Amino acid sequence: AAAKQRTLRSKPIEKILVANRGEIACRIMRTAKRLGIRTVAVYSDADAGSLHVRSADEAVRIGPAPARLSYLSGSSIVEAALRDGAQAIHPGYGFLSESAEFAQLCEDNGLTFIGPPASAIRDMGDKSASKKIMGAAGVPLVPGYHGDEQDIDIMRSEAGKIGYPVLIKPTHGGGGKGMRIVQSENEFVESFLGAQREAAASFGIDKILLEKYITRPRHIEVQIFGDKYGNIVHLNERDCSVQRRHQKIIEEAPAPNVTSDFRTHLGQAAVSAAKAVNYHNAGTVEFIVDTASGQFYFMEMNTRLQVEHPVTEMIVGQDLVEWQIRVANDEPLPIDQSEVPLLGHAFEARIYAENVSKGFLPATGVLHHYRPVQGTSSAVRVDTGVEEGDTVSMHYDPMIAKLVAWGESRNAALVKLKDSLSKFQVAGLPTNINFLRKLANHWAFEEGNVETHFIEHFKDDLFDGSCHEKEAYEEAKHGAALVAACICNEENSNFREGYSGGNGLKSIWYANPPFRVNHCAKRVFELQWDNDYDSTGSKLLVLSLAYQPDGQYDIEVEGEGDSLGFKVKVTYLGNHDFRVEVNGVSTQVSLATYKKDLDKHIHIWHGSKHQHFRHKLGQPLFDDDDSQHKPSFEMASHPQGTVVAPMAGLVVKVLAKDGMRVEEGQPILVLEAMKMEHVVKAPSAGYVHGLAVTAGHQVPDSSVLFSIKEDCSEQKE
Amino acid sequence: SASSGRDPVPSPRGRGFCLGVLPDGVDRSSGDYARNSGAMADLVSQLQSHIQKVLGGGGAEAVKRNKSRNKLLPRERIDRLIDPGSSFLELSQLAGHELYEDPLPSGAIVTGIGPVHGQLCMFVANDPTVKGGTYFPITVKKHLRAQEIAAQCKLPCVYLVDSGGAFLPKQAEVFPDKDNFGRIFYNQAVMSSKGIPQIALVLGSCTAGGAYIPAMADESVMVKGNGTIFLAGPPLVKAATGEEVSAEDLGGAVVHCKMSGVSDYFAQDELHGLALGRNIIKNFHTAGQQETLARFQNVSSEIKEPLYDVKELRSIAPTDHKQAFDIRSVIARIVDGSVFDEFKKLYGTTLVTGLARIFGQPVGIIGNNGILFNESALKGAHFIELCSQRNIPLVFLQNITGFMVGSRSEANGIAKSGAKMVMAVSCAKVPKVTIIVGGSFGAGNYAMCGRAYSPDFMFLWPNAKISVMGGTQAAGVLAQIERANKKKQGVQWTKEEEESFKAKVAEAYEREGNSYYSTARLWDDGIIDPADTRKIIGLCISASSNRAPEDTKFGVFRM
Repeated sequence: AAAKQRTLRSKPIEKILVANRGEIACRIMRTAKRLGIRTVAVYSDADAGSLHVRSADEAVRIGPAPARLSYLSGSSIVEAALRDGAQAIHPGYGFLSESAEFAQLCEDNGLTFIGPPASAIRDMGDKSASKKIMGAAGVPLVPGYHGDEQDIDIMRSEAGKIGYPVLIKPTHGGGGKGMRIVQSENEFVESFLGAQREAAASFGIDKILLEKYITRPRHIEVQIFGDKYGNIVHLNERDCSVQRRHQKIIEEAPAPNVTSDFRTHLGQAAVSAAKAVNYHNAGTVEFIVDTASGQFYFMEMNTRLQVEHPVTEMIVGQDLVEWQIRVANDEPLPIDQSEVPLLGHAFEARIYAENVSKGFLPATGVLHHYRPVQGTSSAVRVDTGVEEGDTVSMHYDPMIAKLVAWGESRNAALVKLKDSLSKFQVAGLPTNINFLRKLANHWAFEEGNVETHFIEHFKDDLFDGSCHEKEAYEEAKHGAALVAACICNEENSNFREGYSGGNGLKSIWYANPPFRVNHCAKRVFELQWDNDYDSTGSKLLVLSLAYQPDGQYDIEVEGEGDSLGFKVKVTYLGNHDFRVEVNGVSTQVSLATYKKDLDKHIHIWHGSKHQHFRHKLGQPLFDDDDSQHKPSFEMASHPQGTVVAPMAGLVVKVLAKDGMRVEEGQPILVLEAMKMEHVVKAPSAGYVHGLAVTAGHQVPDSSVLFSIKEDCSEQKE
Repeated sequence: SASSGRDPVPSPRGRGFCLGVLPDGVDRSSGDYARNSGAMADLVSQLQSHIQKVLGGGGAEAVKRNKSRNKLLPRERIDRLIDPGSSFLELSQLAGHELYEDPLPSGAIVTGIGPVHGQLCMFVANDPTVKGGTYFPITVKKHLRAQEIAAQCKLPCVYLVDSGGAFLPKQAEVFPDKDNFGRIFYNQAVMSSKGIPQIALVLGSCTAGGAYIPAMADESVMVKGNGTIFLAGPPLVKAATGEEVSAEDLGGAVVHCKMSGVSDYFAQDELHGLALGRNIIKNFHTAGQQETLARFQNVSSEIKEPLYDVKELRSIAPTDHKQAFDIRSVIARIVDGSVFDEFKKLYGTTLVTGLARIFGQPVGIIGNNGILFNESALKGAHFIELCSQRNIPLVFLQNITGFMVGSRSEANGIAKSGAKMVMAVSCAKVPKVTIIVGGSFGAGNYAMCGRAYSPDFMFLWPNAKISVMGGTQAAGVLAQIERANKKKQGVQWTKEEEESFKAKVAEAYEREGNSYYSTARLWDDGIIDPADTRKIIGLCISASSNRAPEDTKFGVFRM
């Protein structure tokens, strides 16, 4: 504390340009606004109407949709800042946040880069160099090869020395991009080349390092913070072990099941690491913890504010973006290490647009219905960069929001997390919400037995829904009955408003219940129920709804097994919200409907349940005039053996030729989307037919790529 | 529930402060109340069981066959055409009831009114499960009645065609006369000429004369595989020309949408066809609608439910037709807020007249409270003139044994007074709805806008009785004539013989005066549950308000 000085800059920051997009841009602006600092957003053509643009005081277009030409274009961003009179640039995370060149460019143009010094970024950005520095500073390291020599044969022999399994990792970048685990020597070459390719595409540098792969590791990281006067504190650790595709999905702070001694050692190691590079501003030191030995090793240091920083904010009661700005303003840290609190426990769940059942492939689409859980207290926080009606495009990271829940204890926080997840409403594109709920409800997660392979380890519990299939099916029947009742009610009310125009005489045509002479009106609904984890596909539910004179609905649901009867009473609260009473129990219900392809999609949230139904258009369950009924023959599915693009993306490599004989599972081409590579393989042995795409081709989702035929005769015709 | 949203019942003493609010008028503790309720409950449940029967169409076997062809039943088709969850005013559900040797549920045709994209339409849907959807005489009558209402109320017509054409064994009663089969196409032509859209959805056969329904329509849809249109079916073609051809190749959707141009829209299946039908109606825009609806300018948007439970309408009509009841207790359960501003309350008291609102729409109500005397008839004529001039729809609540007879009455010119009321009823160019809540006898039926006076709509309560005079009176008159005849012939007529004669006449009158006898023959538009009276009048007036107001011109009143 003696080192603390108060030598304020002559002029503090009054206007910040946020060189990012999405939730982090919005989150930075929120703090800036609170501090009275004006904000400037930058945006690509794909983001012209985005929330971060609308949230900013000013906004500047910096280029077309591809990040390379916009959010990664340092010169355009600096130019925008200068033109708009911003004194500082906050890079957020990702994009240019860990570019030493960019930090330097800012400084060169007289702009304050809100982050660490360029030298620290450079030191830590090169993973091999950083390990050398850390080794010298006495921070423990994982055995590995961090040399400059990149020759494939030398690398292979180094891997042999470390011993398989070995991890291949680009020296630059992060987020798991380009990482490969190699189990044995014969897999090495393909993985190595793939990692190089991805690294080049993502970071522009294809340098690779090798490491011992720890079989049951935990990922624990320490938030550190430094000022320009040499003060560095750590703000406790975060456990980010639960990952899929090497990307974090649930983080928590503090780490569960660790001793305070361990915490102190870890924190000290992190502070040492930061001191070794004269760090200031926000940073994270990542450690890999071997659960078997309890040993921790330095992995890397992220020289930026991280995605999961809110969990730290929750347990220390501080605003880290505010700290960043204060440090950038040459202020000393507001507290010293002894003043850093550890208050309760916090979780963050990352909500992504992705296909969980297709191996967490990124998904794109329109957020037809988007209602993040309403924060009823400061204990639940949602950081989001999108609003209802926005599109999650293929250009950027498909994260929709971060849900953060805090509690006095880990259990209390987990209860809030589960509750909030069940109330987080997204419809229009596939998300991982149901998966996150399964994770959060898993017994091992509840006990805090987290490790990096958690999802892989418990995949039977997390992906196979068969044990709960029957139960889920019965619940779906219940959900379907609510859907039918709510749709009837809402439609009725909309028609009454829409067509009667306040004319009482006309409104009686839309009375509830609808009038029939001497009998009750009935209606039939046919709903397809889509179960995320059921391999048997969707199930048909036939519902007959009878309007009762008292305005209730009598609903019979028929499907497999016994038909179920429900007496449902609905009160429409407006805005797709309902209060619904079923067999005497009343609950809150939300409904979302939208049309996609040839289906009407219906999502329902009731109690803690969420279901997804589809209804074939053409059946006049809805007023479907803007979507013409499509006759069934036009819906014909592709012939057997046809392979369609699993997602929209760019063809980066074609590994087979049209007409070529291939084996089952043989890679045919490589697609890239969201900077992730996906290998498209032959579904069966045979001849490749109709393969017309070449590297550089952009293919839409579900477009036909090629087909595999048993013989090559068709080729010869 | 029907009682929800009602204002608290004002105390009778409060009446002075609520001008025009009718008293309850029902004594729930009386023996009559219990008796009437019980008798009406029986009648209503009997009615509902008859309705359930006809809703099943031509029986389980035929319905199953229909389903196997991917076809829906006529009411299901209509349900999918009208706005989802909207009301449908079905007409003459029990047409053909016990009329022919075999049952003919709903007369093999379903008709009624419902909204599509907010536009009220008249639907005419053949029931292919009943005798192949062929036209019996009553089928033709019901089809023509629907067209008559459509023409009168300017409602676009949607024909859901699935019919084998005229029922050949009864061709003499179906084909040749003015109001027979041919009139259907005449009506289509005339309505189309007046700008009332005529739409046909060919969902099944459309043979012979039936082929003209889509051909005469403004626009038509045909369903692939099921819809066929031809003047002569394959058997007749083979007999006539020897040509062997399948129904689909002879007159299927492909032939008519691609080659002949008889149909305009090609539907892949029935649901597609119905969706196309909705689209056609959406594109009517203002067709069929008259210039701004002046009548609606008076409509109040705030609607008060009646103060008294509408279900109690089931407890008012006495089991014994000779017993009188105060029609005001019915009115109190039909009009908004039970507010009825009575006109000439103290004069001609056997006819109750006054102004009220039903679902916000101003109406003039004329109800019977006994025999029509000179004064009552004059009052009625006066009130009808009043409403005509102000474009106020009229509601007739019939419970009438007739005009007063006797020397004094005749000398006072009861015929002249009655003629005035009949003249007024005949000429008044305002929407008219007649509900028979009790008896409808003699010239009372005329003056109170019976079937012959073309009310836009006419419904019966199940207890209704309709005949030229009461059975007992008729038996008495006929017995007198018979006795005179016997006397002329010098034949002895014993008391027993006379009683048996009278009983036979009374029995015939009882049977033929029954509401089912009437509705089976389409002397009305249907039998209704008394508890639905308010809603049905509202729907009827709404349906008949689709036309521009017309000026009424009366004929010569005999003064």
